[in-house]
Amino acid sequence: MLRDITLGQYFIGNSVIHRIDPRMKILLTIAFITMLFIVKNFIGFAVAIVFVFAVIFLSKIPLKLVVKGVKPIVPLIIFTSLLNMFFISGKTLFEIGFLKITVEGLNLAIFMSVRIILLIMGTSMLTYTTSPIALTDAIERLLNPLKKIKFPAHEMAMMMTIALRFIPTLIEETDKIMSAQKARGADLESGNLIQRAKALIPILIPLFVSAFMRAGELAMAMECRCYQGGQGRTRMRELHYSKLDVYSAIIMAISIVLIVLINIFVPTII
Amino acid sequence: MSAMIKVENLTHIYSKDTPFEKAAIKDVNLEIEEGEFVGVIGHTGSGKSTLIQHLNGLLKPDSGKIYIDGQDIWENKKNIRQVRFNVGLVFQYPEYQLFEETVAKDIAFGPTNMGLSQDEINERVEQAIEFVGLSRDLLQKSPFELSGGQKRRVAIAGVIAMRPKVLILDEPTAGLDPKGRDRILSQIKDYHKRTGSTILLVSHSMEDIAKFANKALVMNESKLFAYDTVENIFKQSDSISKMGLSVPQITKVFDKLSEKGYFTNENIYTVKYATDLLLKHLKKEEQ
Ligand SMILES: Nc1ncnc2c1ncn2[C@@H]1O[C@H](COP(=O)(O)OP(=O)(O)OP(=O)(O)O)[C@@H](O)[C@H]1O
Ligand SMILES: [Mg+2]
Repeated sequence: MLRDITLGQYFIGNSVIHRIDPRMKILLTIAFITMLFIVKNFIGFAVAIVFVFAVIFLSKIPLKLVVKGVKPIVPLIIFTSLLNMFFISGKTLFEIGFLKITVEGLNLAIFMSVRIILLIMGTSMLTYTTSPIALTDAIERLLNPLKKIKFPAHEMAMMMTIALRFIPTLIEETDKIMSAQKARGADLESGNLIQRAKALIPILIPLFVSAFMRAGELAMAMECRCYQGGQGRTRMRELHYSKLDVYSAIIMAISIVLIVLINIFVPTII
Repeated sequence: MSAMIKVENLTHIYSKDTPFEKAAIKDVNLEIEEGEFVGVIGHTGSGKSTLIQHLNGLLKPDSGKIYIDGQDIWENKKNIRQVRFNVGLVFQYPEYQLFEETVAKDIAFGPTNMGLSQDEINERVEQAIEFVGLSRDLLQKSPFELSGGQKRRVAIAGVIAMRPKVLILDEPTAGLDPKGRDRILSQIKDYHKRTGSTILLVSHSMEDIAKFANKALVMNESKLFAYDTVENIFKQSDSISKMGLSVPQITKVFDKLSEKGYFTNENIYTVKYATDLLLKHLKKEEQ
């Protein structure tokens, strides 16, 4: 069912990873993505793999769930792997008819797959261990300096908070509308592309109608409570950096340095 | 003759294999005969909605079997749409499912999916709107222009137009005023009389169940507590109240009266029957 989707879901906990300041976690995630793109050979990936699994272990989130989050992008991985395998020229490994698989192609295919999987696993740890509220709060704070150039940081953050807040609600609603239309014999599973697109109309229209209604009601409710944007708003929970954040930053820095060193001393693959 | 609806060892678990795992239905066995009007009761979260969504194949059992008219509905997956035409399900707040430009087209959605001819569809649409007591003038209006109660009835008509053998309604009167509730329920009762179809009505109002249903199905903490005649169910007012449910007010009144020695062998659960009984009793006193 729709609501069994785990990607982007927060799992309540109190592990070391959960306790890292959300601002630091966002920065670390950006650093992690950079790290994955610096890596130039499989030994470098070994460092990244150890890093990701250490984070998963420390967060106490079941590995099974993290792996489940990768599932939706498996088709994408297979597709890019096939492209890489067949269309990179180089030393021929073996041939099937007119298709040639090259050593370089195979290497690159594996390399890219590992990179994508690590990317998804690593970045999803951010949302698994940080509540959406803390996340948007952190984004607002990180973007705060941009307010000087009239960047609407608070409004952006508020929009994200609301969007995140309504994702589960809308999923639930979609589920309900889908069931109701299926009960009237709507066929969502078969037919060609055009038929399938048409079959979505009975679901999308009620969904939009109710989403607009909700938006109107929410805006009204916010105005009734005198919401006027970020000016002069204080917070119930202030964010504070702690020693933990410094340690985690140091560990990340060490990993990146390690990977750069490996890049220098071990031959590159791409 | 085999039962219209037969449920065997049905179990359903939501979000299986996640930290949110929850058994919403545990080992339910049930047989409902054709033509019954069944009231489905149970406290919030007892699994009523989950149970009825299994009967037309919207939810798949984690274990157990469901037979409609003697046919195992999951035997052939391709036939599941046919099952949905035979077992019409009206959801809670069904007005949110309306989407067409006109009321007529919306009611026609189900019959069109059945692949009926245009003449047949038109006939069914007109009959369905009449069944739910709305005027034909509304057919060409947009469903979004109607009042809440009217929308609700259009949504119900959309299911009735499929002429299901079994009609299931999940709290069709939630959020309506008393008059609107009575009208919708009497129309459903009327439909039951005219077509002889099997009806399942989920409701939190014991008065409604007493007035309209002849059988009652009680769910309690994901299990089937009882399936029996309304009379027998309301006899057990003690265990019913322990579940956080109540018996009809009139039953409570007569329970108190029987404590005082009046009408001790009577089992009363409708106001109409109670009035008759009281009048008879008073006449006797006068003589
Ligand atoms: N889609 C779902 N995912 C996870 N859990 C669910 C889902 N739907 C229902 N549940 C849970 O299953 C249990 C039974 O729910 P169900 O909707 O069948 O109850 P109900 O008897 O219809 O209650 P109500 O009278 O409030 O409508 C509840 O505890 C509910 O929290
Ligand atoms: Mg329910």
